[in-house]
Amino acid sequence: MTMRARHVRLWLGELRESVFMSLHAIAVHKLRSTLTLLGVLIGVFSIIVVSTAMRVLEQNVERNLSQLGGSTFAVQKFPPVQFGNRRDWEKYWRRKDITLEQGKVVEEKATLAGAVGVEGRFWSGRVRTIYAKTGPAVALFGETPGSFAAHGWEIADGRILTTPDLDERAAVCVLGAALAKTIFPFGSAVGQPVKLNGIPYNVVGVLAPQGKSLGGLGDNFALIPLTTGLGRYGLRWSGLSILVEARSAIGYADCMEQVRDVLRGVRHVLPGQADDFEIFSNDTLIGQFKSFTLAVRIGVAVVSSLALLAAGVGIMNIMLVSVTERTREIGVRRAIGARKRNIAVQFIIEAIVLCEIGGAFGTLLGVAGGNILAWRMKLPPALPLGGIVLAVILCSVVGTIFGTYPALKAANLDPIESLRYE
Amino acid sequence: MSLIRLENITRCYQMGEETIHALRGVSLEIERGEYVAIMGPSGSGKSTLMNLIGCLDTPSSGGYELNGARVSEMDDNELAAIRNREIGFVFQTFNLLARLNALRNVELPLVYAGVPSGERRRLAREALAQVGLADRLRHRPNQLSGGQRQRVAIARALVNRPAILLADEPTGNLDSKTGEEIMALFVELWRNGNTIIIVTHEEDVARRARRVIRLRDGGIAGDDRHKPASGERAVITPVAQT
Repeated sequence: MTMRARHVRLWLGELRESVFMSLHAIAVHKLRSTLTLLGVLIGVFSIIVVSTAMRVLEQNVERNLSQLGGSTFAVQKFPPVQFGNRRDWEKYWRRKDITLEQGKVVEEKATLAGAVGVEGRFWSGRVRTIYAKTGPAVALFGETPGSFAAHGWEIADGRILTTPDLDERAAVCVLGAALAKTIFPFGSAVGQPVKLNGIPYNVVGVLAPQGKSLGGLGDNFALIPLTTGLGRYGLRWSGLSILVEARSAIGYADCMEQVRDVLRGVRHVLPGQADDFEIFSNDTLIGQFKSFTLAVRIGVAVVSSLALLAAGVGIMNIMLVSVTERTREIGVRRAIGARKRNIAVQFIIEAIVLCEIGGAFGTLLGVAGGNILAWRMKLPPALPLGGIVLAVILCSVVGTIFGTYPALKAANLDPIESLRYE
Repeated sequence: MSLIRLENITRCYQMGEETIHALRGVSLEIERGEYVAIMGPSGSGKSTLMNLIGCLDTPSSGGYELNGARVSEMDDNELAAIRNREIGFVFQTFNLLARLNALRNVELPLVYAGVPSGERRRLAREALAQVGLADRLRHRPNQLSGGQRQRVAIARALVNRPAILLADEPTGNLDSKTGEEIMALFVELWRNGNTIIIVTHEEDVARRARRVIRLRDGGIAGDDRHKPASGERAVITPVAQT
């Protein structure tokens, strides 16, 4: 047998023995162990519950946004996600609104664009037909014909909104699939009258179902010609959005540059000045959201690490008590051939096992807690693998750091004295 | 060559201002296969001598050779290894680990020797059978009588096939009948070829040994080899099950 194989076997044997002994010790002192574990449990729980919740939200956002289409981007007066200070906010406010005319110029001049739509959000309200009425949270958007292509919306029944609709400011609407099903439960909605927030419209089309989009509204929205909406409701504070679908994925960046140039020209932005509008795509949105969740996660990790630090002090305290209680045992082990190192390893492993048990319960509760949130929000569950790995590592580190001093104390006990210890 | 050779061993302790000379120049040789009792009143240095022979302690001066190895110059790790290999301890208070069953207690020295678990289990079973506890493998110490506990401790001392079995007042916590049985077990082990050293202050226990070393004030006051007292035969023969 080689020395190396012998060493490995010795180590494994020692490890197994130590884990077995520490489980024993923990089982014997149930209350004490539980109280000690509680600190670790809370620390790990908070890390895991937050990373689970963040994972759930991320999955949801990614899934929703990806329906905008990979080659579509949007132009707005305000950035889609804002963390800025007040100065930034005021800067956005002072910007000129994006108008339908600017959208038309883009449509005309942006040769690399496949489809250009202009969109405005007008209201959330109640929709009523002779058959049924909805809750007061149906979103109403104004659109141009290009919006349908840019969004990737498909028509299930009837037609989309057309240029004549816009020119005439017609009182017509296209319904999301879920909305159509709610208010026309018995048959086709096309050609039927509805009242959007009390104002009568005629349904000309119904969209194909497409899951959730537009900020998690589902298919629970109605679309009217943008001109009709502007005439009836006026321009909302956030202005309009221009949606641009690039002709091809390869020409995406060029298309974005072209649109930027066209808008700078039409909005009279001088060379050298910053854009007075925001261009963003799915990727930038997801990126921004991720940087937000990362910030939250880092914050929680820091706070939880402090909790774990406090728990570590508790572990150290308990381990010191344990060393004193088991002085005799240490003496016996030393007498029958345990080296200092063997004793130290045994106690460090005991500390780590204690931490890991706390960590395991914390992880279980955290994953459960985060997924209960997901369930309440009707989102798919998530398993935060990164968080779990982090928890295992943190527990081991805490166990090692705070187990070392008691372990060294145990290892350096004089065997003769400890054999005599009562 | 002697199994144990002590040359002019001294051991002093610092107790505050005072220096205590526990051993003042002890020289001693013990051969393989001997059955030795070390006797002496408290304070005579017999515990110190036992700790030195058992490699738990090193002398302040003088040389100690055990089985050809110079123990007096070893560091802590080497001492642990030699205790593991060469010494089997039997204590007055048994010193079994309360949370482990008999088999696991006996296995413990083999764990530190790095013996694989299957082999460990087999050797531990054998050792327990040797002390008459083949049917008590899974019992915890608190489920065993005093005599049985001491047998488990003896099995633990034997399991590594050490050069010497070193017993410190092995009958001190037992009633006289059980004590007799344990002493009979020692004699049997001695007959099987083990070297046995018993530290005691009881004349009864010492009388069973073939050699009695008497300590007084940190030095050797007497070293007698003798035949066992008559009538002992009756005690030696078969090991009674307790």
